[in-house]
Amino acid sequence: MTNRALPVLTVLAVLIALWYAATVWMNATWVFDQAARAGQSVTWAEVVPQTMAQDRPLLPPPHQVASELWKGIAGKKVTSKRSLVYHGYVTFRGTMMGLTLGIVLGIALAISIVRFRVMEMSVMPWAIISQTIPIVALAPMILTLSNQMGIDSREVPKAIISAYLSFFPVLVSMVKGLRSPDQMQLDLLKTYGAGEGATFWKLRLPASMPYFFASLKVAVAAALIGTIVGELPTGAIEGLGARMLIGSQFGEPLIMWSALFAAALLAGGLIVIVGGIERLANTRMGVRP
Amino acid sequence: MIWFWGALGFWAAAWAANVAAVRLGLAQHRVGRLGIALLFGVTLLVVWEGYVRGFQVSPVILPAPTAIAAKFATSLPTLWADFVQTVVKGALSGFAIGVGAAFVTAIAIDRFPFLQRGLLPIGNFVAALPIVGLAPILVMWFGFDWHSKAAVVVIMVFFPVLVNLVAGLQATERMQRDLMSTWSASYVQSLIKLRLPAAMPFFFNGLKIASTLALIGAIVAEFFGSPIVGMGFRISTEVGRLGLDMVWAEIVVAALAGSALYGLIAFLERRVTFWHPSQRQ
Repeated sequence: MTNRALPVLTVLAVLIALWYAATVWMNATWVFDQAARAGQSVTWAEVVPQTMAQDRPLLPPPHQVASELWKGIAGKKVTSKRSLVYHGYVTFRGTMMGLTLGIVLGIALAISIVRFRVMEMSVMPWAIISQTIPIVALAPMILTLSNQMGIDSREVPKAIISAYLSFFPVLVSMVKGLRSPDQMQLDLLKTYGAGEGATFWKLRLPASMPYFFASLKVAVAAALIGTIVGELPTGAIEGLGARMLIGSQFGEPLIMWSALFAAALLAGGLIVIVGGIERLANTRMGVRP
Repeated sequence: MIWFWGALGFWAAAWAANVAAVRLGLAQHRVGRLGIALLFGVTLLVVWEGYVRGFQVSPVILPAPTAIAAKFATSLPTLWADFVQTVVKGALSGFAIGVGAAFVTAIAIDRFPFLQRGLLPIGNFVAALPIVGLAPILVMWFGFDWHSKAAVVVIMVFFPVLVNLVAGLQATERMQRDLMSTWSASYVQSLIKLRLPAAMPFFFNGLKIASTLALIGAIVAEFFGSPIVGMGFRISTEVGRLGLDMVWAEIVVAALAGSALYGLIAFLERRVTFWHPSQRQ
């Protein structure tokens, strides 16, 4: 463990040191400007502490971001509109809805593609092309569309965007996974007199599980990106994406940075959870490391 | 109503034609496969058109494909200006810089095992983060013009390419590396002759992921401030004016640009990694 942790910690330390250096470099201009306006001259020894504690820094130093993040997570009541836990939960809920929708869609398409050759020929090329379309182009429109169709909930457009991004990795892996049993295994089931349904439940589906979990890691990251992007231009008032937008519009860099790091924490948490589920499923299904 | 039922009839007929085509074995040929996929795409458009006309859906909710095509044809100069601003200046320049930086970093990581153990877990983690969130910050730093969009694209593209290329550089087998050392090949020689070519399938995988991300980054960054030209700008303003036909025209441009970039990368991949099993005919 120490063998693996040491290089990671070293690189992290170097990155944080670089960050501090960049903070001084980027924020110093403002300090010099202020001093010049006041008709004073400042030495570097005075500049450096001032770059660390501005209200609206160009680049906030790590400790300022960390304290803002801590204030947002632990310093406010969870129900408060300024609590990052609250906004994080909104984003998490959107991600889960989108991911569920994406998984259902991906698996359903994969099953029909594996079952019917004509589906593969017709749908698969368009599924690939659908991913080359930058979905964010659709985001503002999906919102107006669902508004005019009488859906008031802001959750639905977000879920659609994140499902659109997350269904594709699931589809591709599931097609591969459902096809992964080799001829020998299929022949064996045939000698047992298994029908198509039984082959599917007893062989194809279990065989596809490793592929499914591998794609789930990609899908959950994509779903989170989709949800945040869905919160950006859609005039949402809740969620981490909306926090970033508010920070951007009101010129409050600290809000932006703390929302960004909260999103990073959420992403890390989701990846850990998916990894845990994968390991659990693997042990249940008798996979040995 | 006749429109809608006509469209449904067309859908049924086209589907039957596709089923028959697959049965007859047309799918064995490339032309046949292309035809089947195209017929399916056309069917979707026809059903869309029939639905809009049959139920007289208001154009502020869903414009018909013909209306979008008409708008596309009449506003070509605007669309071209937006395309140049967002795709050529923002996305492509950022894509080139990001891929270049990732390439250099990957080789540095590969040369020093310490960096590999330190940077790779971090890179893997960052690749899964919602980096689009950096867009408002970078717009604040680099201003409203295309430079900030390129900066967002650089960061979004960097990590997927880096992670894939580093994995690719480790893809050679012990036997192959031993063979190189029996020929007393230097580090640089074995890098250029063996390991970089072996890494190319992974590299192109990363490029494909990056190509979509590049367009997403460039468009999202425009939502946070842009000059009065650009695809993201046009989309957000036209949505506000309920000019949905223009929005769809921009989406068509985005889809064409995305598909073209992806197609170009796939073409290069076939040329460069012709030896790989997945590319053999």
